[in-house]
Amino acid sequence: MSFDIGDGIDSAVNYILDNFSPALDLTAASIGFVTTGLQSGLLAIPMPVGIAIFALLALWRVSFGFAVFASLSLALVGQMGLWAAMMETLSLVIASTVIAMIVGLPLGVAMARRDSVAAVIRPALDLMQTMPAFVYLIPAAMFFGLGAVPGTIATVIFSMPPVVRLTNLGIRQVDLEFVEAGNAFGCTPTQLLLKVQLPNAMPSIMAGINQTIMLSLSMVVIASMIGAGGLGNTVLTGIQRLDVGTGFEGGLAVVILAVILDRLTQSLGKKGATWRLPFVKLAMRHPEAKTV
Amino acid sequence: MAFMTEYENGSSERSTKIRLKNVYKIFGEHPDDGLKLLRSGKSKADIHRETGCSIGVNNASFDIKAGEIFVIMGLSGCGKSTLLRLLNRLIEPTSGSIEIDGQDITNMSPKALIDLRRRDISMVFQSFALLPNRNVVNNAAFGLEVAGVGDVERKAKAMAALKAVGLEGYGESRPDELSGGMKQRVGLARALASEPSILLMDEAFSALDPLIRTEMQDELVRLQSERSRTIVFVSHDLDEAMRIGDRICIMQNGNVVQVGTPDEIVVNPANDYIRSFFRNVDVSQVFKAGDVARRNQITIIDRQGVSAAAALEQMKSRDREFAIIVGRDMKYHGMVSQTSLMEKIRSKAEDPYRKAFLADAAPIHAGEQLSGVLGQVAASAWPVPVVDDQHRYVGAISKSALLETLDRAN
Repeated sequence: MSFDIGDGIDSAVNYILDNFSPALDLTAASIGFVTTGLQSGLLAIPMPVGIAIFALLALWRVSFGFAVFASLSLALVGQMGLWAAMMETLSLVIASTVIAMIVGLPLGVAMARRDSVAAVIRPALDLMQTMPAFVYLIPAAMFFGLGAVPGTIATVIFSMPPVVRLTNLGIRQVDLEFVEAGNAFGCTPTQLLLKVQLPNAMPSIMAGINQTIMLSLSMVVIASMIGAGGLGNTVLTGIQRLDVGTGFEGGLAVVILAVILDRLTQSLGKKGATWRLPFVKLAMRHPEAKTV
Repeated sequence: MAFMTEYENGSSERSTKIRLKNVYKIFGEHPDDGLKLLRSGKSKADIHRETGCSIGVNNASFDIKAGEIFVIMGLSGCGKSTLLRLLNRLIEPTSGSIEIDGQDITNMSPKALIDLRRRDISMVFQSFALLPNRNVVNNAAFGLEVAGVGDVERKAKAMAALKAVGLEGYGESRPDELSGGMKQRVGLARALASEPSILLMDEAFSALDPLIRTEMQDELVRLQSERSRTIVFVSHDLDEAMRIGDRICIMQNGNVVQVGTPDEIVVNPANDYIRSFFRNVDVSQVFKAGDVARRNQITIIDRQGVSAAAALEQMKSRDREFAIIVGRDMKYHGMVSQTSLMEKIRSKAEDPYRKAFLADAAPIHAGEQLSGVLGQVAASAWPVPVVDDQHRYVGAISKSALLETLDRAN
């Protein structure tokens, strides 16, 4: 007796297509609303203003040197004529990261709270991460057609595991004494989560979000194969025409965007950084405190 | 009715605040199996081999009285921290009842338990457990915040608690900017802010260096004198237990082996384990002057109409060389000897009492460590009088009493 797993998956996909198309349409419409909205919003920003915003963010969160690097490299992207494509890619990255967080954070919290939930979700995450990224494109295209929406959905699936895993890990690693203190002072389970566990798991959760952003950036390029658009298109064009120059330009723009996003989101994960106003670090309120 | 009689028995006897009856805590997958074996008299090693269970607390029963500092003491791993956590159910007891103000907390609903923790019990932790993302005042206000106390009231109470522990003005600091001693003051302020009637302290001062530790112990005793709470204090340090404990509970391998006042434990240790604690203890560090002072000297009340001759007569008839002169309010006035009184009477001096006071009979404060006054007692030709905070006469330390005390250690 033999059976074909591929056939089984095919018929499952067809079954979903036949029976759940209204739900699929609704999902597609709502995700499409978000991505097109974001895209037109970002594209409406003139390039000099956009560069200035990135430079200011870099100056605030990272350093003066990095602000200079960000301005110059973004100007280079504009010079290559890829600003609009980069904004399209950025909007896909933002949309899929936000969706991955909306789904992934509660999943991570649920895993941390119950070992049984963790036991079920962990293999699913392993599958999502190890399955070749291209495989997600096929059902995504079948369910949602071509364009930004299936691209976003495939990206969410591929990039979600780190935020789930690191939220789980972060909450589990919160000092037992903090949790005991929360309970001893009469926290409800929700208060314990919001006031003790999540704030103390923040560095780990931010590392997860950073990883999710990096993965979604790499997936967004692949998703251009089903018409997601953006810098991926440029790379794809380069491949199709064997045009090394165009391919390299697209690749370089992706790298620049990746470096900037990486440094900016990493700076959010640094201990205490998220909760301070800019430059407050410079003013120690009680410099004598340490010696008392 | 029981409550009534407790009241009528007089105010000196403190009422029971926390009552433990046959409390067990067994860790493991099947604690009930372990409990059955334990009750049937199996040894811990056997129980562990058969069920994989380990015993945290074995049949603890004792009362903690309102307003006392009750120290749970023992070596690490003896179950003292577990026992403490049973009192606010951070750890669930396997069996037994724990009553707080007559109410059994072991069968409380989660909601009632949260209420109890917000209102009546708070806790201070060994490594402080201050939340790093909050500044000092928000840490101190944490308990009030989760209890839903409004912003203004919460800040005011947290500020008052910080002031009480001497951290006024540090409200905006972050925990990582403070020294260890200051961090634990914040921990103490957080526990005091909700004005609980019970304070659980888990090795609260063990992470501090010795000087700061003594300072914090004094601080705790001072806070207790201002407003009395029931304090359950876990410690592995005998000196600490002796220093601050009104009563001490000594634990060994999950068993409560003795509960008593520091003196009772020093004088009548229940077994060799407890005796071994004292082998290296310098008794003069454990006792204070007030502990050793005895009231076997004659006291003469200094009032008009009592002649020096009458006093002298009293001393002669009881064959005493020295007498302590006190006021009607028991305040210490001075000390006289037969010789000094006789001289003054003979020279017909006015007010022979006061003139006869022995010039260098300076009293010692009852709170002073015995080690600090050894020299003074040894050098004095007469018993050294001891007075309390209000300068009231407590007793006197004679050389023989001192030697007897020091000898007890060996």
